Amino acid sequence: MIHFVLLVSRQGKVRLTKWYSPYTQKERSKVIRELSGVILNRGPKLCNFVEWRGYKVVYKRYASLYFCMCIDQEDNELEVLEIIHHYVEILDRYFGSVCELDLIFHFHKAYYILDELLIAGELQESSKKTIARIVSAHDQVVEAAKEEAGSISNIIAQATK
Amino acid sequence: MNPFFSGTRLSDMIRAIRASKTAAEERAVVRKECAAIRASINENDQDYRHRDLAKLMFIHMLGYPTHFGQMECLKLIASPGFPEKRIGYLGLMLLLDERQEVLMLVTNSLKQDLNHTNQYIVGLALCALGNICSAEMARDLAPEVERLLQFRDPNIRKKAALCAIRIIRKVPDLSENFTNRAAALLKEKHHGVLITGVHLCTEICTVSPEALEYFRKKCTEGLVKTLRDIANSPYSPEYDVAGITDPFLHIRLLKLLRILGQGDAEASDCMNDILAQVASKTESNKNAGNAILYECVQTIMSIEENGGLRVLAINILGKFLSNRDNNIRYVALNMLMRALTVDSQAVQRHRATILECVKDSDASIQKRALELIYLLVNENNVKPLAKELIDYLEVSEQDFKGDLTAKICSIVEKFAPEKIWYIDQMLKVLSEAGNYVKEDVWHALIVVITNAPDLHGYAVRALYRALLRSSEQETLVRVAIWCIGEYADLLVNNAGMLELEDPITVTESDAVDVVETAINHHTSDVTTKAMALIALLKISSRFPSCSERVKSIIGQNKGSFVLELQQRSLEFSSVIQKHQNIRSSLVERMPVLDEATFSGRRAGSLPANVSTSGKSPLSIPNGVAKAAAPLVDLLDLSSDDVPAPTASSANFLQDLLGVDLTQPSAQPGTMQPSKAGADILLDLLSIGSPAPVQNGSTNGDLLSIHENNAPLASIDTISSTSPTAPSSMVDLLDAFGPTPPTSEDKGPAYPSIVAFESSSLKIEFNFTKQPENPQTTDIVATFTNLTPNVYTDFLFQAAVPKFLQLHLDPASSNSLPANGNIKQTMRVTNSQHGKKPIVMRMRVGYKTNGKDVLEEGQINNFPREL
Repeated sequence: MIHFVLLVSRQGKVRLTKWYSPYTQKERSKVIRELSGVILNRGPKLCNFVEWRGYKVVYKRYASLYFCMCIDQEDNELEVLEIIHHYVEILDRYFGSVCELDLIFHFHKAYYILDELLIAGELQESSKKTIARIVSAHDQVVEAAKEEAGSISNIIAQATK
Repeated sequence: MNPFFSGTRLSDMIRAIRASKTAAEERAVVRKECAAIRASINENDQDYRHRDLAKLMFIHMLGYPTHFGQMECLKLIASPGFPEKRIGYLGLMLLLDERQEVLMLVTNSLKQDLNHTNQYIVGLALCALGNICSAEMARDLAPEVERLLQFRDPNIRKKAALCAIRIIRKVPDLSENFTNRAAALLKEKHHGVLITGVHLCTEICTVSPEALEYFRKKCTEGLVKTLRDIANSPYSPEYDVAGITDPFLHIRLLKLLRILGQGDAEASDCMNDILAQVASKTESNKNAGNAILYECVQTIMSIEENGGLRVLAINILGKFLSNRDNNIRYVALNMLMRALTVDSQAVQRHRATILECVKDSDASIQKRALELIYLLVNENNVKPLAKELIDYLEVSEQDFKGDLTAKICSIVEKFAPEKIWYIDQMLKVLSEAGNYVKEDVWHALIVVITNAPDLHGYAVRALYRALLRSSEQETLVRVAIWCIGEYADLLVNNAGMLELEDPITVTESDAVDVVETAINHHTSDVTTKAMALIALLKISSRFPSCSERVKSIIGQNKGSFVLELQQRSLEFSSVIQKHQNIRSSLVERMPVLDEATFSGRRAGSLPANVSTSGKSPLSIPNGVAKAAAPLVDLLDLSSDDVPAPTASSANFLQDLLGVDLTQPSAQPGTMQPSKAGADILLDLLSIGSPAPVQNGSTNGDLLSIHENNAPLASIDTISSTSPTAPSSMVDLLDAFGPTPPTSEDKGPAYPSIVAFESSSLKIEFNFTKQPENPQTTDIVATFTNLTPNVYTDFLFQAAVPKFLQLHLDPASSNSLPANGNIKQTMRVTNSQHGKKPIVMRMRVGYKTNGKDVLEEGQINNFPREL
């Protein structure tokens, strides 16, 4: 299973974290620190796997962002690379050629999409189209609720924009 | 109006944070936002709850504490609308983890939402449950999830299936509730449901053997058909990845088939054809295809024997191994490791390629390859493999050297065909990466050398040569000077020359030179220097012509600030100067070290103190004792970090030489080394009888480093128990004081007491007093572990009434070995001496079997006259 998903920028800034196994806040920040140190320092031509505390971390760099997923020893590393790519393609389709800024200002959207892709650290859906459809359906419900509500709710909804 | 109110929107806050130029500025922005959010939470401001939580999540990602927002998540989840719930659940998953108590409060909301009429809300609840479910929640909500596995919308069914996986992981017993529903999911057409359904079945199979049997009987054929359909399906844009339809589904099906086929010939048979098809037809030019091949090979290796398929799988791995892509090579190495148990011959064929991978520039590949090579070594191939690895040691990167060295040492030790080869290889490793060699490894080398009498000469000459070439490797220096000390004569007269050796001319002064270099080298640490001093002492006896020079070298350390070295220097000088008559017998060659004892001890199977208490060694004087056990202590020389080494022998020397332990306050830092050093002396003198140890009155001040009035009576005790060595004993004293000890007023003796005893721990006190200071009592506390478990973090605390002053020195170790003991000294000054006796309250804390134990007591049975 995937124990956690981590998006780190080349400067070491965290852009997204999702934990499927219990880690305390302290452990979380330690893990992030440790791993970003290891991964950001690896050369470009090396393999995309790092062995770490008895687990494996599969990472892949897209532009300035590193997508990392931590898996068990016996999991299929190549498949996880494919899952990462799958996620990136969905993000790309959703935002329309996604960039790091999209993921900063609309971080919650990145989370919503991830929630349609993975649950309990396992893959949920292999069709990009299905995921795109569900997320946009959710967005529409939110939009509709916003319009329906009076001026006050309008303000609320804007906050999530 | 709220004074902290800030109308900032989420994007404004993110912008402000990003605009911060320094960390301090960022903290200020965050602090201000948090204050505003707290204020808004306090006012129970419904309008902004939404936005506040979104902000909090961003702040959380930056690593700031956000626990105060947890309740807001619950409030949002409890609100009726989808938008509020959506962000509420997101916050719940992000800000909380399953161990937080707050989570208990959400169970009810989850239950309501799982039964909601809006299927989007049901989806949100399932997602949250799948990601943060705890064991309690699993039990409470399993029936809802079970029902949702049949929900009309496939998007809910797939989420429910993944929730079920999480539930089973938390509470395996619940798996039987899901078995039938999971089997039904395997017939679905929707890929999402199929993928999650297959995975759910896999998960159930791993926890329940009955379910495994059920799936094997009912579903194997269906799964094979599904895999065949998907493998043969025409191009479908929705699921296509690099020309393959849904590789994710492929992989999950292969995984489940693996579990079903394992250990069942019939099921394995059923899937042979499709596995062969997938293995041979899948395109291997893209990652997706390789991922499937990789999974397929794993399945072929795990299911029941089918020769043809195995060959196919091994060939795929061979192809992977020669791939230029590092990822593919990595997984190939990984897979070969697992294939080793199935078909080690086939893996051996790839040995050369694997060896190349050890030299790869990628640390992950290196590590995998090294582990694989390590498993591939056997008696037949150890020589070429070890050679390759040792050659690579020269050029490998620093980070990798530690791992590599450890593995080489282990291989060489395990499979060495003959001793001379072992010594040769170890020499190469020591010269190349001696600083990475662990203590027990070079100790083992010394033990092997002493056990090969015909190789003594060869070993010492080879070490001498190696030492001349590379003097920077500490462990090489240690082994070399140890051997030179022992076998200096063989070095000089080329005794026991082997045919393959080049003759070498070493003069006596050359031998002294190398040891002198070692002792003066800036990188040499205390252990090395101490060993060098012993070597010099031995050389001085072997080569009388160098005696003067040796004496001056040893003399240079008389002023050393390190107590251990200073002491040795003084003692050895005295031996050389005044005691020609006993010197040669004192420094005779070490008897053969017992390999069995050493290896047993290394494996930790022998308690540390067996060396003196287990067997009672014959008390043959001056180093010719045949009892090997106590001699192993020599190797303790360097193991300063071994907790409580040979406590009982330490006892000895404390009594015997009074080296320290009773005055550790003077030099707490050097306590351990000097103890070990005294071990050596003990061994040198080979006083094997433990007789004087228990004698409380002789404790400590026998040799009286600090005073001249050592009680002669005590010496007599020793002399009488080890009658063969009295002269050396008394002479050794010379080193410490200008006047030989004479009978002076000896302090009164006090009986030792058992201060505390419980079922697990015994504490004994021994007392000594300095005659000129009757108010002060030195107490040596001996803590004895009465159980077979190790105590760690051992801490003894004591409290005394006002009229007493207590000074506690550090204990000899903070861990108590099973049935072993440690010591701690304390000094009590009784201002009411003669009027009131000493009383003390004590508390002992330690950890055993992962539990903290605390024992307390009052000690009233001190002798009255203290």
